[in-house]
Amino acid sequence: MLDVYKIREDFPILGKKVNNTDLIYFDNAATSQTPNQVIDVISNYYKQYNSNIHRGLHSLSADATNKYENSRTIIKNHFGASHEHEIIFTSGTTHGINIISSGLEKIISSKDELIVSEMEHHSNIVPWQMLCEKTGSKLKVIPINDDGSLNMDEYKSLLTSAVKFVFINHVSNTLGIVNPVKEIIDLAHKNNSKVLIDGAQGAAHFKINLKELDVDYYVASAHKLCGPTGVGFLYGKSELLNSLPPYQGGGEMISTVTFKKTEYADLPHKFEAGTPNIAGVIGFGAAIEYMNSIGFNNIEMYEKELLDYATENLKKIENIKIYGDVDDKISVISFNVGNNHPSDIGSILDQYGVAVRTGQHCTQPIMDHFNIPGTVRASFSFYNTKSEIDLFIDALKKASKMLG
Amino acid sequence: MQSIQQIQDQIIEEFDFFQDWSEKYQYLIDLGKNLPEFNDSNRVDSNLIKGCQSKVWLNSSFDNNIVIFEADSDAIISKGIISLLIRVFSGHTPNEIIAANIDFIEKIGLNSHLSQTRANGLLSMIKQIKIYALAYQAKN
Repeated sequence: MLDVYKIREDFPILGKKVNNTDLIYFDNAATSQTPNQVIDVISNYYKQYNSNIHRGLHSLSADATNKYENSRTIIKNHFGASHEHEIIFTSGTTHGINIISSGLEKIISSKDELIVSEMEHHSNIVPWQMLCEKTGSKLKVIPINDDGSLNMDEYKSLLTSAVKFVFINHVSNTLGIVNPVKEIIDLAHKNNSKVLIDGAQGAAHFKINLKELDVDYYVASAHKLCGPTGVGFLYGKSELLNSLPPYQGGGEMISTVTFKKTEYADLPHKFEAGTPNIAGVIGFGAAIEYMNSIGFNNIEMYEKELLDYATENLKKIENIKIYGDVDDKISVISFNVGNNHPSDIGSILDQYGVAVRTGQHCTQPIMDHFNIPGTVRASFSFYNTKSEIDLFIDALKKASKMLG
Repeated sequence: MQSIQQIQDQIIEEFDFFQDWSEKYQYLIDLGKNLPEFNDSNRVDSNLIKGCQSKVWLNSSFDNNIVIFEADSDAIISKGIISLLIRVFSGHTPNEIIAANIDFIEKIGLNSHLSQTRANGLLSMIKQIKIYALAYQAKN
């Protein structure tokens, strides 16, 4: 079991005061906080060996290149990819999705169909709508059930022979629901369809093995896993990544350049044009190592405990409605209290030092499904405590009374 | 009729009585609840103000060189803030509205209690009020 009070000492921001009261940070689904172990690695990069990677012959560059590539190995090992070159560093989940959607422009035709779900983040909807506009292909949507879970029967019936791709999130950022991605992938593969999983919310909360999942593409962001913002990765099976054209042209992604013909570099460099976020990538590796030092099993168990504790106590509040209250979910709770607008609840909670997210959470189709303007979303991480949950619930009761 | 500046000064004086943020919020909530009923026919998309997390509708009418504002929101704190804006701006001439320097929001300490998202929403409301005034001024 993890020692939460010891862990909290690693996160300087958790000692901060907000509105003259202790910060209670429950917006972890938007971004997680950063431990000293990651901050120090990033700061050390700029102090000790800041230099451009892959090209320089000098020692600093070699050092930076080694550490940058070492992060690729850490990520490959952690997520269970087969090869380092299947891990492409990106600026985040959205960037990873756009590399694929842009690469598919020449591959997808007007006869093809693509599948997304009703619970996707806008960043896993809009790039595919844009792809459909460019190619004339059709976007089909798996609806959600009233408990927020995916309607798998509908998924099966949508999987026709025209479907080339399925794009689904591992975990819903709004509802916290964990989708049955293994089943989704297996069904798609039987249908000769490829699958991209948006792992922005999944990667931080439990161990993932890409090889076992047999997923075709997987995308995630470092800043949800205690890493820095502006970094993420795209995983793709070698043969699939090789079949896609480069996303951006520039330095680093070429092997030879003449005015007659330019040869592209091999994976992963083909998709890493320009100077990357070197410090960020190195910090990403440090973040994965930090979380592994705590242990993903410990994290999963502890976060489940926080989720159950919060859910049980929230349900005691009069007129509360929790969206996506299913068994298989991560520590995210989306709710409304009576007819109060989520922004009113959120504004008052903020005065009590409680940081939650309010609004549509970039998932307007979910809000339309439930016919609500938005929700209040509290999301917990392994560095949160039950006493913080008590204070949050107390503040929520006060907010509800003020608004009542 | 009080000037826009006089009304603002009065609001600043009223807020001076409040001891802490919760009293200010409670006052805004009460103002929101007491905001005169909004005409349903004006609750249309063209009256929606962009840039607010909650929905805010603003409608205006112009008679005898006087602009009258009415507004509504689906969030109660926004309604309270709107209520203050209507009290400040409604019933004045386009010239007065355009020339007005809005300082009460900062002086009542609301700024520090508004998130950036909310503060942007508030700016959009003031901007829209001034745009209406400009349009009526041009019409004159």
